[in-house]
Amino acid sequence: MANAPGAPATPSVSSLAFGAHLEAHLDADVLVLGGGPAGTWAAIAAATAGARTILADKGFCGTSGATAASGTTLWYVDPDPAKRAAAKAAREGLGGHLADHGWMDRVLDRTHAAVGQLADWGYPFPRDADGRDRRVSVQGPEYMRLMRRRVKQAGVTILDHCPALELLVDDGGAVAGAAGVRRQKGGRWAVRAKAVVIATGGCAFLSKALGCNVLTGDGLLMAAEAGADLSGMEFSNAYAIAPAFGSVTKTLLYQWASFTRADGAVIPGAASKGGRSVIARVLATEPVYARLDRAEPELWAAMRQAQPNFFLPFDRAGIDPFTQRFPVTLRLEGTVRGTGGLRLVDETCATAVPGLFAAGDAASREPICGGFTGGGSHNAAWAMSSGHWAGQGAADHARALGNGARNLRRAGGAGLREGKGASIDAAALTRAVQAEVFPYHINYFRTEEGLTGALARLDRLWSNAAGAAPSPADGSLRAREAAAMLATARWMYRSALARTESRGMHRRLDHAALDPAQRHLLTVGGLDEVHVSARPAPLHPDPSGATRELAA
Amino acid sequence: MIELISPTRCTGCNICVSICPMDVFQAVGGQAKGAAPTIARQADCQTCFLCEAHCPDDALYVAPDAETVTGIAEDAVAAAGLFGSYRRAIGWSTGHRDNRSADQTFRLLAPH
Repeated sequence: MANAPGAPATPSVSSLAFGAHLEAHLDADVLVLGGGPAGTWAAIAAATAGARTILADKGFCGTSGATAASGTTLWYVDPDPAKRAAAKAAREGLGGHLADHGWMDRVLDRTHAAVGQLADWGYPFPRDADGRDRRVSVQGPEYMRLMRRRVKQAGVTILDHCPALELLVDDGGAVAGAAGVRRQKGGRWAVRAKAVVIATGGCAFLSKALGCNVLTGDGLLMAAEAGADLSGMEFSNAYAIAPAFGSVTKTLLYQWASFTRADGAVIPGAASKGGRSVIARVLATEPVYARLDRAEPELWAAMRQAQPNFFLPFDRAGIDPFTQRFPVTLRLEGTVRGTGGLRLVDETCATAVPGLFAAGDAASREPICGGFTGGGSHNAAWAMSSGHWAGQGAADHARALGNGARNLRRAGGAGLREGKGASIDAAALTRAVQAEVFPYHINYFRTEEGLTGALARLDRLWSNAAGAAPSPADGSLRAREAAAMLATARWMYRSALARTESRGMHRRLDHAALDPAQRHLLTVGGLDEVHVSARPAPLHPDPSGATRELAA
Repeated sequence: MIELISPTRCTGCNICVSICPMDVFQAVGGQAKGAAPTIARQADCQTCFLCEAHCPDDALYVAPDAETVTGIAEDAVAAAGLFGSYRRAIGWSTGHRDNRSADQTFRLLAPH
């Protein structure tokens, strides 16, 4: 798809209002923003489809994001109809009956194929006692090191430490590239592209959940500025258990934990699965301790081999987590484990804006999860699958677009646009947003009063941020991260206010029950004015489900 | 949080500077070629331990404390055998490669 001889000359991005400092100006068919699982699968798919592809990562493709630091189980299910049906049914109720069975089928198929590719590429899957490969999990560092290698082998140009700050759009409003800063080499970059994939992850609000501080919702803000909308942002209050002093928010092994108060009394109902809210309630007023004393000693070695990084904090702090109690906390993982994100409009993972695609945690995962997921499993399957389709979709879009000349403009707003107010104080704004989204009494246990109060404060912060003078170059990334977290918090709470029931992970104290009349999805969007609207949930093939509600 | 880079173990390859997703390290340029990078932005560290995993010389130590600096001394890290311990656990260092395929998650997910 290189420019054909005699094709019209394309205007240079540097002719845009970047001033004199544009140190890297590149051209591509497909630009992928984000180099975690979704971004790497997208880049490989785009390049394999023949697109000239660039992947830009805020950090380093191979270590950025929630997966590289952690590791993940995989929603890997053999293509046996009974097993597949069971896999789809397993989280139906947890997800609030909002998932789409057609999407689940294609993600299960695509994930099975992708994991097979990983094995072919040399991922060292473990073998069981019968000598069979067991493909139900991957170790984060190993998986993402392999993905980086495959991205390079596919011919993709990787731009590490090149956070995108804003999208570029053409006169018709189609997305036509992105621009950002080079935080190690200095200066700015711009890529003119025929299609862009947002794979920047979810938003965990700099909570120091494992690997999540890269994930500040940057792509959500950029996409919204270009006109994209989101879905499921009320499903955004995932909190994960971690040792109180540490960052490791891996929760699988806490199924073997007992949870106690300072005096050693067991907390009734406290559990990792199905009892995490009990932990949150106690943590609001006093410390909670855990000990993995429900694991039989013969399982200890397997647990260490399954999750070596889970044990790092304990080994280094001199704690034996199987026999000694340690204080725990809950760290917000926002939309990383939550399911909300950019709304996809079709099976190519296109957003509502031409030329803009989304994948992984940046895209709403409701199609396969509805309103709930834990870590890993479905999230990993979604990243592999949506990444692959978004990359293919972007390559197809680029091919169809051809090489016509387009005038480009910068779409970035808060922190970049000329405003009359003082420039954004990123540290102060970040703290102010965290003060609204971290507290359990606002975000975990939601009420109209709590949400309305938070929104009033967040709206005021937004009006200041939107009217701010542009940040100086060395502060623009932090300012944009803060603005993105602020925008994300407002989409979350507007959606949470509109859903006057409890469903999936969204929990309203003042509407504690599931309301069958609200078996719908919530679209949210807008920046200065945030708007929420309901749209029908997918038809449900299970006769005991809610199909009849829709038909009624 | 990242606590220290051992000046005696570090060979100045600057891999940690490249791979840190939070851009915490700063290469030392000019005359000091081969010198250890500095921990220039310690507060940005997200305690993900990936610098340790990628360090070929086992020269870095990340303390488990995500919010505070412990000030642990290099001797104490070495005495506790913590240099390189994460890299060994994931099978990325010589003599421990079998650990790359030691993941037993499949046993934990099975009904029990």
